[in-house]
Amino acid sequence: MDLNLSDEQRLLRESAERFVAESYDAAHRRTMASDPLGFSLAVWRQFAELGWLALPLPEEFGGLGGGAIDVGILMEAFGRGLVSEPYVATVVLGAALIARCGTTAQKQASLPKVGDGSLKLTLAHSERTARFDLAKVATSANKTSQGWHLAGKKIAVLDGHAADEIIVSALMHDHHGPSERIGLFVVPAAAPGLTISDYARLGGGRACNIELSDVQLPADALLGDGSDALPAIEWAVDRAMAALGAEAIGIMQTLLDTTLEYTKIRKQFGRPLSANQVIRHRLADMAMQVDEARSMALRAALKADAEPVERARAASGAKAKIGKCARFVGEQSIQLHGGMGVTEELEVGAYFKRLVAFDTLFGGSSYHYARHAQLGRTKVPA
Amino acid sequence: MDLSFNAEERAFQDEVRGFIAKNLTEEMKRATALTPSVFSDPDIGKAWQRALHRQGWGAPGWPVEYGGPDWTPAQRWIFETECARAGVPNVNVMGVKMVGPVIIGFGSPEQKNFYLPRILSGDDYWCQGYSEPGSGSDLSSLKTRAVRDGDDYIINGTKIWTTHAHHANRMFALVRTSDGPRQQDGISFILIDMNTPGITTRPILTIGGDHEVNQVFFDDVRVPVANRVGEEGKGWTYGKYLLEFERGSGIASAKLREGLKAIADLAESDLTGRAIDSPDIATRISEVEVDIDALEMTELRVLSALQTGQNPGAVSSILKLRNSEIRQAVTRLGADVIGHDALAVEPMRPLYRLNHEPPIPEEMLTVIPEYLNGRAYTIFGGTSEIQRDIIAKMMLGI
Repeated sequence: MDLNLSDEQRLLRESAERFVAESYDAAHRRTMASDPLGFSLAVWRQFAELGWLALPLPEEFGGLGGGAIDVGILMEAFGRGLVSEPYVATVVLGAALIARCGTTAQKQASLPKVGDGSLKLTLAHSERTARFDLAKVATSANKTSQGWHLAGKKIAVLDGHAADEIIVSALMHDHHGPSERIGLFVVPAAAPGLTISDYARLGGGRACNIELSDVQLPADALLGDGSDALPAIEWAVDRAMAALGAEAIGIMQTLLDTTLEYTKIRKQFGRPLSANQVIRHRLADMAMQVDEARSMALRAALKADAEPVERARAASGAKAKIGKCARFVGEQSIQLHGGMGVTEELEVGAYFKRLVAFDTLFGGSSYHYARHAQLGRTKVPA
Repeated sequence: MDLSFNAEERAFQDEVRGFIAKNLTEEMKRATALTPSVFSDPDIGKAWQRALHRQGWGAPGWPVEYGGPDWTPAQRWIFETECARAGVPNVNVMGVKMVGPVIIGFGSPEQKNFYLPRILSGDDYWCQGYSEPGSGSDLSSLKTRAVRDGDDYIINGTKIWTTHAHHANRMFALVRTSDGPRQQDGISFILIDMNTPGITTRPILTIGGDHEVNQVFFDDVRVPVANRVGEEGKGWTYGKYLLEFERGSGIASAKLREGLKAIADLAESDLTGRAIDSPDIATRISEVEVDIDALEMTELRVLSALQTGQNPGAVSSILKLRNSEIRQAVTRLGADVIGHDALAVEPMRPLYRLNHEPPIPEEMLTVIPEYLNGRAYTIFGGTSEIQRDIIAKMMLGI
């Protein structure tokens, strides 16, 4: 039992925090918000040079073999600067699914390129009628003699506009009709029949909706051997929720620091706001919720490789709890900044919006408390 | 980083389980489960303290030279967790966890030699004389006065919320020996034999129907000066030191988890018409479980920091505050889960020795008394409001 950072992890944290503090100021964030790409390719190359893109990839494919804790350290630092580079889409979702499901040839073709920054990926899974249910996929993949035909619509695809390859989930059909199995297909961004409609994402970065109308793919576009990919998708999304939870901690901590500073400086009735007990107690509650959220993000990361039910309950518990804390800390940060908090002139609103996006992505608090309950009570080991 | 225990720790876990299996009787277990107040009655608690003492585990937090077991933080975690899972009785924490550390830290050699072994063995039963009717959160405004008369102090005044004063043979108290420039000055920490003439005890029933706390009156009570711990007038320092132990000594999540498990078991049982089938109840159980998960992780983070000699900081106030709030959430959930059976009042105590058939099944008997008595969790040991003051001051610097 040891929850202290290793020396390597401490170094990773320091370098990530330093990089974010030096490279991400308000001006950079504002430039990126109106940039069609939404992030900086130069920064992406630096991520590659720093080894961050290869961090959680398997060592045999050029990765550093890091785990969910390492990714969490990086993500927390990203949160502090509202980093908008497509790290979760490419590394935490896309590369992880290839590493888990792909054949050796598929891994060899993609993972080293992710690590060196020359390949950006994303996962296109969510559909409008499925809401947050990962098992519900209507997009179809029809087997043909040449390979596969994909048809369907996907929403809320993170950074899909920037991806070189999009991993699309689809229900596999053969000549008998639909099977019970979901397949994952690697679709090149330039594939004929693929339409990408991207939009600026709440809180920074971009996302898109995707339409696939009879997209034709070779047989080896299917990741792995064609067994049901749902367990892998659940695994990857649970890990992404843990990573996003860590990012939310960085965001919340920044909001707490900023708000605390503001209440010390801002004077009304001839004294600083923080001289009022009602304000001090509010800040104490915020600090407490940041700390609780921190514990839950760490817990989800520590259980990212546990057996599926334990992992999923930890991920859902963390998503639900951190989401609740994030709304509280975000809303109270605005409240304590007064009218200025509601304007675009301060950074508070941008951090708040990223937290709202976090709470919504992959399902909000109420959805995940319900999933947690559905997965049953934790079995106490004998 | 990892959450798993190493081979020695797993062996220790087996040792603790073995000890509990051998020493925890069915009677103790049932009595503990049917105790709706914070502390077990002394007949149950003392028996467990004696068993712990025989094993050399009488005071887990004490240094080894005073009889502590010299456990690592991880071992303490394992011990507390296994005890909570098994449902062992509460021991007299006012002795082991409160006055013990103060005597070790500030007591004379004579005081250490006399009192510490008697705490370990369970021969002495302690109560805490801190709050007064006029001094609650503003504790240092206390007025109980000790006036020097030769080798004695003569004490007059009153203490309140004194848990188990009616069972205790000793009290540690904060008394005023002089009036300093600040109200924290002039307070002394004193050890009082409860059989001294002039001490009377008045029971106070809590809203759950339990007699746990009391008011204690002192009328010209003569206490030897030799019973003062440390310097005269420095009692506030010692008293605060103790409060930090009271708040931070907790490994509370394991107990909360067992409390929630009991409620979830009821919710899954036909006794409540399977309350869990209501999605609202199922979700609320998850919400509380997740809060316990968060508290547990925070406790483990503190433990890890302690293992490497780091100071965890003002987190003890967070632990106290969240523990008390989650406890209340568990009892509130329980009150909702048992439905109409929440209406039944069983006035007899102890609940494990009723001489009649209770109005509702035994599994539910403690639910409403625990909910009602449990309102005190956010009040004693420093109210939630005081804890927020501390967090703001110590963690945020405001």
